[in-house]
Amino acid sequence: MATPEDETDWAGLLQRVRDDADPAAFAQLFRHFAPRVKAFLMKSGAGAALAEECAQDVMAVLWQKAQLFDPARASVATWVYTIARNRRIDALRKARRAEPEELDWGPEPAPDQAEALAAQEETERLARALGALPAPQRTLIERAFYGDLSHSEIAAETGLPLGTIKSRIRLALEKLRRQMS
Amino acid sequence: MTIRHHLSDQLLMAYAAGRLPEAFSLVVATHLSLCDDCRAQAGSFDALGGALLEEAGESAMGEDALAQALARIEGLPQARTEGPKPAGIFPAPLAGHVGGGPDAVRWRRVGGGVKQAILPTGKGATARLLFIPAGMAVPDHGHRGMELTLVLQGAFADRDESFGPGDVEISDETVEHTPTVLAGQDCICLAATDAPLRFRGLIARLAQPFLRI
Repeated sequence: MATPEDETDWAGLLQRVRDDADPAAFAQLFRHFAPRVKAFLMKSGAGAALAEECAQDVMAVLWQKAQLFDPARASVATWVYTIARNRRIDALRKARRAEPEELDWGPEPAPDQAEALAAQEETERLARALGALPAPQRTLIERAFYGDLSHSEIAAETGLPLGTIKSRIRLALEKLRRQMS
Repeated sequence: MTIRHHLSDQLLMAYAAGRLPEAFSLVVATHLSLCDDCRAQAGSFDALGGALLEEAGESAMGEDALAQALARIEGLPQARTEGPKPAGIFPAPLAGHVGGGPDAVRWRRVGGGVKQAILPTGKGATARLLFIPAGMAVPDHGHRGMELTLVLQGAFADRDESFGPGDVEISDETVEHTPTVLAGQDCICLAATDAPLRFRGLIARLAQPFLRI
C-alpha cells in the first residue's frame, strides 16, 4: 500500500543528521522509527518500559553512528534493525555480539543517490513480499527474528526473493574494496 | 584468499536474527570479515529484519520521548566509531576479542605440540583457538551438537576435502571425523561448539577433561 510516508527519503534524512547534525531530520527519523523499534522489541519479549528505553538508545546510536551508515549496502530501516537487534542482545541476553570488520567508505565519494533509493525500495518490496507469504511461512520467519527459535531450529528457506538483495550488496562491496585499495 | 567452504544460510540467518550464542557469532563475524560473499548474504538477511521492523506496527512512545531524545543527542559526539582492527592473521572481530594477534593469545599446551586457548564468551557455546602442528591428526571424534571450525593459518584435510585460510567447516552429530593438518605449515583455527566433543579413542577420552572441549 503506497502512502506518502513510503516516499520519504530516509537515507537523505540520515545524511543530514550525519553532515549537518540536523535535529529536524533526526526528529523525522525518530517519529517514524522509534515506535517501530519499540513495537519490534515488545514482540521480542521486552516489557513496555524496557522497550521504550531501548528504542531511545537505538535512536541515540543512530545519531552517533550516522557516519557508519552506507546507503549502498542497507536501507535505513535495515540499518536501524541491526542497531535494535544488537541493543536487544545487550539488554535481554546480557551477552556480547561479535561484529564483522567495519568497512569505512570514508567521507567521499558521496554515496550514490540511486543506490540509496534502490536499497530502500528493496526493503519495501521485501516487506510487501513478507506480507504476501502464507501465514505459516511468515510465522516461522517472525519467530526466528523475534527470538522464539534457537539457532538450530531456524529454517533459512524463506521463500522470499533475497537473491537480488545479496547480488546488489555484493556489487556494493566490490566497489568499496576497489576504493579501499 | 580463495574461500571454498562457506557458512550455511541457517547460520547466517540466525546471526542476522541475533540468535547465535556469542561463541558462534565470533566465528561468523570473523568469517564475514574475510568473505564478502557471506557478508552480502548476511546483509540480505539483515534486510529481512529491516522489512520486519517496517511491518512490526507502532507502539506509541511516551509523550515527551522526542524531546528527551533531542535533549540527549545534543550533547552526544558524532565521532566516527573505530571498531577493532585486524592483527596479523586475526581479522578484526577476533583481534578485538583476544586483544591482539596470535602473540597476544594465552596459549596452553595440551600435549603433542598442540596448544589451545579457551576464549571467554557468553552461555550456550564455547570458543577456542587451536594451534596444531603441521602434519598432525586431531583424534577421531564425533559431536553432540554443532561445531564450527574456521581456518586462520595453514590447512587441514577432512573427509576428502581440504580447508585453508578463511574456510569454515561445519560439523554436527552425524559426523565422525579425523581432521589432519597438512604438512608445511602449522595450523591455527578458531573453533566453536555448542556441546562437548566426544572422542572415540580411550586416551583421547581421558585427555578430554584436560582439553576442556
